[in-house]
Amino acid sequence: MAGSADVFAIGVGQVPVGEHWELSIRDLAVEAGRRALADAGLARVGAVYVGNMLAPTVNGQQHLGALVASWLGQRQAEAVTVEAACGSGGAALRQGYLSIRSGAHEAVLVLGVEKMTDCVNGTTTAALAMAADAEYEAGLGLSFVAINALLMRRYMYEFGVPRQAFARFAVLAHANALGNPMAMFRKEVSVAEYMRAPFVADPIGLLDSSPMADGAAAVVLASGELARSLGRGQVRVAGSAVATDYLALHDRLDPLDLVAVRVSTARALGQAGLSITDVSFFEPHDAFTVMAVLCLEACGFAGRGEACALAARGHFDRGGALPICTMGGLKARGHPVGATGVYQAVEAVLQLRQEAGACQVQGAKVGLIQNVGGSGATAITHVLVRE
Amino acid sequence: MALQLPREWRWRQERYRLIGGRCRRCGQAFFPHREICPRCLGEDVAKEQFSGRGRVYSYATVYKAPVGFEEYVPYVVALVQLEEGALVAAQLTDVDPTEVQIGMPVECVLRRWRTNGPDGNIIYGYKFRPRLES
Amino acid sequence: MPAMRPSRPIGILGYGAYIPRYRLQASEVARVWHGGQDHVPIAQKAVAGPDEDAITMAVEAARNALARAGIAGERLQAVWVGSESHPYAVKPSSTIVAEALGAGPLALAADVEFACKAGSEALQMAVALVGSGMADCALAIGADTAQGRPADELEYTAGSGAAAFVVGLADEAVALLEGSVSYVSDTPDFFRRGQEHYPRHGGRFTGEPGYFAHVLAAGRELLSSLGRSPADYAYVVLHQPNPKFPARAAAELGFRPEQWQPGLLVDRIGNTYAASSLLGLTAVLDRAEPGERVFFVSFGSGAGSDALSLVVTEKLPLRRHQAPATASYIARQQLLDYATYARFRGKIAL
Repeated sequence: MAGSADVFAIGVGQVPVGEHWELSIRDLAVEAGRRALADAGLARVGAVYVGNMLAPTVNGQQHLGALVASWLGQRQAEAVTVEAACGSGGAALRQGYLSIRSGAHEAVLVLGVEKMTDCVNGTTTAALAMAADAEYEAGLGLSFVAINALLMRRYMYEFGVPRQAFARFAVLAHANALGNPMAMFRKEVSVAEYMRAPFVADPIGLLDSSPMADGAAAVVLASGELARSLGRGQVRVAGSAVATDYLALHDRLDPLDLVAVRVSTARALGQAGLSITDVSFFEPHDAFTVMAVLCLEACGFAGRGEACALAARGHFDRGGALPICTMGGLKARGHPVGATGVYQAVEAVLQLRQEAGACQVQGAKVGLIQNVGGSGATAITHVLVRE
Repeated sequence: MALQLPREWRWRQERYRLIGGRCRRCGQAFFPHREICPRCLGEDVAKEQFSGRGRVYSYATVYKAPVGFEEYVPYVVALVQLEEGALVAAQLTDVDPTEVQIGMPVECVLRRWRTNGPDGNIIYGYKFRPRLES
Repeated sequence: MPAMRPSRPIGILGYGAYIPRYRLQASEVARVWHGGQDHVPIAQKAVAGPDEDAITMAVEAARNALARAGIAGERLQAVWVGSESHPYAVKPSSTIVAEALGAGPLALAADVEFACKAGSEALQMAVALVGSGMADCALAIGADTAQGRPADELEYTAGSGAAAFVVGLADEAVALLEGSVSYVSDTPDFFRRGQEHYPRHGGRFTGEPGYFAHVLAAGRELLSSLGRSPADYAYVVLHQPNPKFPARAAAELGFRPEQWQPGLLVDRIGNTYAASSLLGLTAVLDRAEPGERVFFVSFGSGAGSDALSLVVTEKLPLRRHQAPATASYIARQQLLDYATYARFRGKIAL
């Protein structure tokens, strides 16, 4: 897109991930949005893009774009909801990026919000299964966890990897979350605890799984001109790409090859003029440990079947060659599904601004963030760089 | 629970008889049927009733069921690779979770998927069980 | 009165059995309800799994019958399903079964209800349709997931199973129909009211005025009208609510144990109601040789019996291996404890 505008992330805001019994979905969104606007030093934006997955089923609310924009003091702004299952936040970021890049707006607010604790029975579990193919997976009793468990079992079989090898990803996510005040779980877990935890869908245990949670996160994107005028030109969005695949595992010729992840990563890095060796840290979509493994391998950060072995050597720890889940990841920061992609962006901005506190990755210059919808059907990858 | 009678009724032949598709150009078999081959993107595809015989490609045991499936917990779900080559996601039935292995021969049977509550419709469809000796 | 005979030669083109995988031992029922101190009528009964019902079992039995007949479902001009446990009170099981088999849409389909005689009544309907020349191919199924009230003596035996028969023209038959007799009367030995989950029964009243009166009358009438004696038959199969009734009735008709034992399955699978006598017939067809005759009498409470005389053709040995033997379904078994059984069969209110 020669001649089109550069895109900068000029403000971020987030609320703690957790069970917010007294806060509604609009309360969460407004709080995160106000924090991001305050951080950017901006009162008004041209557009609001809201990433959300579950509001129609769990909260009984559609039309979040206008709802959130107006309650945030952005009446008359362009606003829509963006939905790509658990990738909704990343998809909203992509829409915000396109909006600035095209010149349609000078500044936009990208906001991910999810309020998962409004229902008290299995409704949320059933709603999450809508990320999968309703007629050929969810409709016959495959929970979303079970679909990921099918991937994990096949992976263990094809590559001869024992279940215990996946524990390392839960352990490192929890260790990294200790320093993140916004994380849901700020406590360490051990391999022994991982092995003792009950199964949700064997081979996926409780500690393979990211938790259901409430949360909201927001990023203000702006053109280079506006960013520099505000003194907020530190973090540029250098690459942005989305790729898709079949929703159902059985429609993919090789279910363990996350094609959409592979393609979106290559496109985003290509736009940034970078390669995977330039990446300082990676925020994968570790909704389940097996998804962290498959994403690392599809991106090219590990050879096929090798991610667990690399993890065992400390490769992905904060001091390792490629830190991942630097502020806890989906596993320990929490996974408020439609908000997660925006949390990843907020965390990447904090890392690149050297504001990640105890979670800081030393010398972070290039961050790769990746939000996945379903079991790999939508992959949204962004490259953020420190200017 | 909402009655979605047209939606469940629409798939009856495909679900009762495991009718999928095959690409006439590249020979790939797939389930369900669709207009564009998932392998070669060819558009010359035909419906085909599959044999129902296959092997377990992957499996998982569900302990936390979605709404409507609680009465079956724990139950086993699987990806089954049919003799024709297509993969199908389905529940396994008549099997203990500890018996299941990747590569285990299975065959298709018609079973209840779920009911729409005590006064709602009953939804039937394909499941797979360990293959019987004939 | 002479036996009923078809207007043209017809027979059974294929037969199929289905017995679910699970078993409940009678001793387990006695342990839970009688402190183990009760006389149990059988060793164990077959129990449908949580995702099974009369429809799913009927489909598998029918697929086995079609496999042995060597025909596709689209050739069926009638699909009749006899059961006292149709999953819907209103909505035919038979259309679901027909769709699953690929039968129709140009076909007859209906559900039949006559307690344990519903399956053989469906068979008589198929015989009539094909025997009259109105159609060339019809399917009759008996299938039940029978329910006994917890702690009632029926709970020992009320089992699950299905059997199916494709009726067609004689030149393709594995067994020819020689003639039949049906015998009914108003006898309230056992019944279930419309909105009730469990049946009531008359205890010992189900014996003499019920089972024996009808089975013996229909059986004697058929033997006499065909001019046959029990010695003309290699096998006899009777409805089997328990092991004692069919043994005593067969003996009273003049049959010997070696004639009834091959078709007497109740000790291992219980009383499968509409499938009970029909499953006995499948077990006999699994072993009968060309030229051998089979004498069959069903019984359904309420009450009535269908008696049929069959003779095996040379095609049977060629066809029987096209589907699983009844014995292989009986051998496939997983024992349940009473709690799991109660859960599987919806006896625990959630």
